[in-house]
Amino acid sequence: MSEMLIQVQGLYYHYPDGTAALEDVSFTIHRGEKVGLIGPNGAGKSTLLLHLNGILRSSSGQITIDGLPLTERSLRQIRAQVGLVFQNPDDQLFSTYVHQDVAFGPLHMGLPDAEVERRVEQALEAVGMRGAAGRISFHLSGGEKKRIAIATVLSMQPKILILDEPSSGLDPRGRRSLIQLLASFTDQTLLISTHDMRLAYDLCSRVIVLDEGKIAADGPAADLLTDAILMERHGLESVGHV
Amino acid sequence: MQFNVKDRPSMGDTPLHALDPRMKLVVAVLLIVGIVLTPERALPAYPLLWALVASLAVIGRVGVWRLARLGTVALPFALAGLTLLFTTPGQPLATVGGLTISDAGLLRFVSILIKSWLATQVSILLSLTTPFTDLLGALESLGIPQTLVLITSFLYRYVFTLNDEADRLRQARASRSAAPTYGRGGGRWWWRAQVAGGMIGNLFLRSTERSERVYAAMLARGFSGQMRAIAPPPLTWRAALPGLLPLLGLIVIEVLARLWWNG
Amino acid sequence: MFIPVLAMHIPDGFLSIPVSALGWLLLIGIVAIALRQTRQQLGDRQIPLMGILAAFVFAAQMINFPVAGGTSGHLLGGTLVAILLGPWAAVLVMTSVIAVQGMLFQDGGLLAIGFNATNMGVIAAFVGYAAYALVGRVMRGRPGRHLIGAAVGAWLGVEVAALATALELAFSNTASLDIALPAMAGVHALIGIGEALITVAALAFIQQTRPDLIRGSEASASRGSGWIAVGLLIALAITLVSPLADPNPDGLERVAEDQGFIETAQQPPYEILPDYTVPFIESEAASTILAGVIGVIFVVGVSYATARLSKKRRGASGSQPI
Repeated sequence: MSEMLIQVQGLYYHYPDGTAALEDVSFTIHRGEKVGLIGPNGAGKSTLLLHLNGILRSSSGQITIDGLPLTERSLRQIRAQVGLVFQNPDDQLFSTYVHQDVAFGPLHMGLPDAEVERRVEQALEAVGMRGAAGRISFHLSGGEKKRIAIATVLSMQPKILILDEPSSGLDPRGRRSLIQLLASFTDQTLLISTHDMRLAYDLCSRVIVLDEGKIAADGPAADLLTDAILMERHGLESVGHV
Repeated sequence: MQFNVKDRPSMGDTPLHALDPRMKLVVAVLLIVGIVLTPERALPAYPLLWALVASLAVIGRVGVWRLARLGTVALPFALAGLTLLFTTPGQPLATVGGLTISDAGLLRFVSILIKSWLATQVSILLSLTTPFTDLLGALESLGIPQTLVLITSFLYRYVFTLNDEADRLRQARASRSAAPTYGRGGGRWWWRAQVAGGMIGNLFLRSTERSERVYAAMLARGFSGQMRAIAPPPLTWRAALPGLLPLLGLIVIEVLARLWWNG
Repeated sequence: MFIPVLAMHIPDGFLSIPVSALGWLLLIGIVAIALRQTRQQLGDRQIPLMGILAAFVFAAQMINFPVAGGTSGHLLGGTLVAILLGPWAAVLVMTSVIAVQGMLFQDGGLLAIGFNATNMGVIAAFVGYAAYALVGRVMRGRPGRHLIGAAVGAWLGVEVAALATALELAFSNTASLDIALPAMAGVHALIGIGEALITVAALAFIQQTRPDLIRGSEASASRGSGWIAVGLLIALAITLVSPLADPNPDGLERVAEDQGFIETAQQPPYEILPDYTVPFIESEAASTILAGVIGVIFVVGVSYATARLSKKRRGASGSQPI
């Protein structure tokens, strides 16, 4: 057990066509921290997130999750610890029924059926979707899909929950209720990539600004998000004083 | 053009809905085999077979006439068999436009129509009383390779999503398909085919990109090539027993058809 | 509701039990190989990629375009998928599509899934792919070769699948071959042109947007000489067997002579194959084959012209998305 849950050291990544996507990215996230990852389109946010549970493998750099270096051998262990919620829930919910999707992670961790069922129930409870297990994913509303997408990862009981653009495509009410949901995960370590500065401001104590594959700033959310010059420079919007 | 399968009532609490899907699938296939094997001259067998199908429809609360109507969906295909009227050797019955209809030809043609109509009803009854995912599960337990079943379940999951995307492409096409005040718009048919082809190419690219994202989402949750699922409950005799009843009916009809009505 | 895509989805009742069983056996064998091959080719990606592309084919078949007289054209898709991902992947994708159409929409029967998937999946994929690869080889280095190859492949795939359908019906004794065969061949010669146009337009769009995908498919097509042989063999076999397998070679004339036929000939409980004689190749057989050859030449010409035309149009107006 280490207090440093995620350590990223000197991470580089190049797209197959050679353009640099990440350049010398280093940061540390501690247990219980809630971190926002912000930056303009194409800054490399999604690419970075995909590295954190080994879907993309970097050309150089080191990623350590809870003291365990990410290698080919530790891949499956790390995927159980790093829960990644994708931007589009239709990509995340690939099964017909909600139950199948929420059970997918625990089943592939090799848990016994009874434990899988228990976790499915817990995860649906945690996202306020009790009793949705028998529903067909395609029929859910946008906000419901988001919640189920989060449940599919919570059922793996990850040490860190990573969300890519959680509020995209939601109407104001859905967005509000999502923020409330995420705020209710008090002990959970969170890393949220978002264009929604208000959401980052409300949920995160710290933000990392990523631009052109490099970390441009890293500090308390209250300071960075209200810094109009910094935000402007990286194609973002500052949050007005409250 | 919409397909509204998602609104189909495949949920229900009749004995037909409750029958184990594995058994239901086997029974349906055997019924169809039996229907197709009925000797074409065993005319009394046809109303009995229909009564068997109709009684299942009653049990499943599908509606006998509705099922009968839905069963006609395949009949246009009978055009292919129309020629049998004239080419099957037998007693001449009538002459239409210089072609002679034989009695054997008429019998064969009509029997094909009835058999096809009955078999299609059985297949519809199966799909109306069994959720598609249960059907897929049944296929897997009956030995269809898991990978093929999974491919099909992905098809079922994403066909609606992709159809929505296709709908948006169609709307975009329609909103730009103006016609002049007089005359016909829309270009020549080969040009329209090209537009449709472009939309399909577009849809293909979106689909492959989506498959990459879905694959990443699977990896992120620990997928490593082997698909796992909670094992279905074993098939017990108690659960399978009710399925034997329609088979019994079928056997009686077929035996009668072969022994007495095949003359 | 669902509009039947083509008159090629055989419903239950139109194939005899032995013919249905043969279709299933063929399909099971080929699918088993296809599962292994695509597993090697795609690895863990196999399931999501094939599954979502099956959904793609399903959705693409519903993009119709009005032709003449209230009818509309559709894509069938076997050849398109075979060109983009290889014939084995196309076999799985099409089998899955046809299984769902049969089980959920009664577009084709359950017992008939074996041959329906063999016709529209296996035959369309292999024959179409072989023609595509062959044209690519013959026209090596010339521009537009893969679009022309795709047009020929798509047309031939539909046509040979239609011939196979007619054959299966004839062997089931539910259609007389001497009428069903020319009818199916004729109708699908036209339907095949629609298939060719859509396939070419879809490939042209993909080539403009993602040229890397087309390059990859071309590279793998130029490697496999075996495909050309296999596909053309299937096409040849079906085309040549067709006129030879007529169960009622001179049906109409025989009607009068065969009075009393039914009384004397007890029907066997299961006819494994309906009696068929092998007559000398009549002029009709030769003309069927000849019609096929003329059709191929025609389609090559038309598609070459449209490929050139659309290229000119794009050149003039820039690359506008359709």
